[in-house]
Amino acid sequence: MNKRKLAFYFMAMPAVLLFFVFHTYPALQGIFYSFTNWNGYGDWDFVGLKNYLNVFKDSRAIHAYLFTFKFAIVSTIIVNVFSLLIAIGLNSKIKGRNFFRGVYFLPNILSILIVGFIFNYIFAHIIPQLGEDLHLEALSKNILGDPDLAWIGIVIVAAWQAIAFNTILYLAGLQTISTDIYEASSIDGAGKWREFWSITFPLIAPFFTINMVLALKNFLMVFDQIVAMTGGGPGTSTESISYLIYKGGFQGGEFAYQSANAVVYFIVIVVVSLVQLRILQRREVEM
Amino acid sequence: MNLRKTNWPVQILIFLGSLLILFPLYLTITIALKDPQQMAQSVLSWPSEIHWENFSKAIEMTNFFQAFKNSAIITICTVVLTLLTNSMVAYAIARNMHKKFFKFLYYYLVSAMFIPFPIIMLPIVKQTSSWGMDNQIGLIFLYVVYGLSFNIFVYVGYIKSIPKELEEAATMDGAGTWKTFWKVIFPLLTPINATVAILTALWAWNDFMLPLIILSDKDQATLPLVQYVFQGQFSTDYNLAFSSYILALAPMIIVYLFAQKWIINGVTKGAVK
Repeated sequence: MNKRKLAFYFMAMPAVLLFFVFHTYPALQGIFYSFTNWNGYGDWDFVGLKNYLNVFKDSRAIHAYLFTFKFAIVSTIIVNVFSLLIAIGLNSKIKGRNFFRGVYFLPNILSILIVGFIFNYIFAHIIPQLGEDLHLEALSKNILGDPDLAWIGIVIVAAWQAIAFNTILYLAGLQTISTDIYEASSIDGAGKWREFWSITFPLIAPFFTINMVLALKNFLMVFDQIVAMTGGGPGTSTESISYLIYKGGFQGGEFAYQSANAVVYFIVIVVVSLVQLRILQRREVEM
Repeated sequence: MNLRKTNWPVQILIFLGSLLILFPLYLTITIALKDPQQMAQSVLSWPSEIHWENFSKAIEMTNFFQAFKNSAIITICTVVLTLLTNSMVAYAIARNMHKKFFKFLYYYLVSAMFIPFPIIMLPIVKQTSSWGMDNQIGLIFLYVVYGLSFNIFVYVGYIKSIPKELEEAATMDGAGTWKTFWKVIFPLLTPINATVAILTALWAWNDFMLPLIILSDKDQATLPLVQYVFQGQFSTDYNLAFSSYILALAPMIIVYLFAQKWIINGVTKGAVK
């Protein structure tokens, strides 16, 4: 019997130890360095909370937080609205259902970086051309070159890709609802709108919660799209938090300072996710 | 439900929506097959004369086969090792959740899902390079280890639904824990293994951030990294750039075309569990 128990430890421990060495330990190191003035090489001293105070005073960091939140909130809403609509569409009686499911999931299998490059071209060449042909002033320039509008371009690309996965999750949710309920409600004379708010939406509430939390968390970590499309520009207008940490930490010699920024970022993400989970789950119960 | 007729308004909307997905891909293919003169005439039309040589030039410029090999090795090794190790850890945890230690392991691993990567990014680069792991082996390691958080969550839920009687029967026949796992449990995990394999493969194949910061040797670059590195040189020639994008996207698209139903079902079922 003892040998049986021992086997379980041998199954779990190597991987867990590796997880500690390659995940937890670096995370602890990052926290440790955030209290020093290390720039990635050479000597260092403890500086206490100085890095943290500087993060809160740094207009570039504050701008990165504002941009990231604006981007993440707008993208989360857009992605969830469209994913839910598409999932309902794909779940209704249409021809070529499996074909369309295949098409709508396609963006999820493509590299975000390359999708970003392709859309770069569309924003730089195709849309301005279209704008000129149609004599539409608003479309005739590259929005990625405009500090006030570049973020919208990134939202479009991020949504284009993320909708695929969220649609599949919603579709999975819709398939858990028995068709009997709809038949009963249509006999009771419920319209489509009523049917959605009284049956569909409450019954897929857990899927709504998980999609919202995952989408917001993923969008708060936006990186590949920024690298592919704007490199944080024009100026620093589309610099996300993870991109700022990457750039400042590796190219700007701000190892310790960006570690402090990463710790702040970590706390922000955990708090946002927990609050969001709390609010959405309470809503699930009430429904 | 099946008795109802086709819902035409929905059919039309779904069709129009799918154009928004297919148009950028159509555009990518046409640009990849044209030369600059044809582009100047019309960007959107199908090429009158197909320039296959764009592909051979792109292959040469990006050293495509090397990058393809690197990506394939990393993806295959990551998927195989992930399936073999992560399921085993999950089994040990799922069957011992009543013990404090294993319960702690479960929450320890799963809660790591919410740690943003940038907090690890700077130290892990130092660590891998000082241990000589700034290469493919290091990357495979990191993918297998970083996948644990999510995979444990998925596997444990699934293993709990497998009746314990099956293992008890195996024990009666004299099989030890290891043998029980490999002969009884692992084969039963096939549906969830498929889901984990698909998600892991997509991640390892398309990931850009880890190769960007970990790999130091240019010859080890993966397909997405190669696109990034050569971006500057492509800027003058969109046709070559787009042929290169197609080459990088094609392997996954081909796999997807053949295994589409399977992939979507895998992800859907993984989500419901």
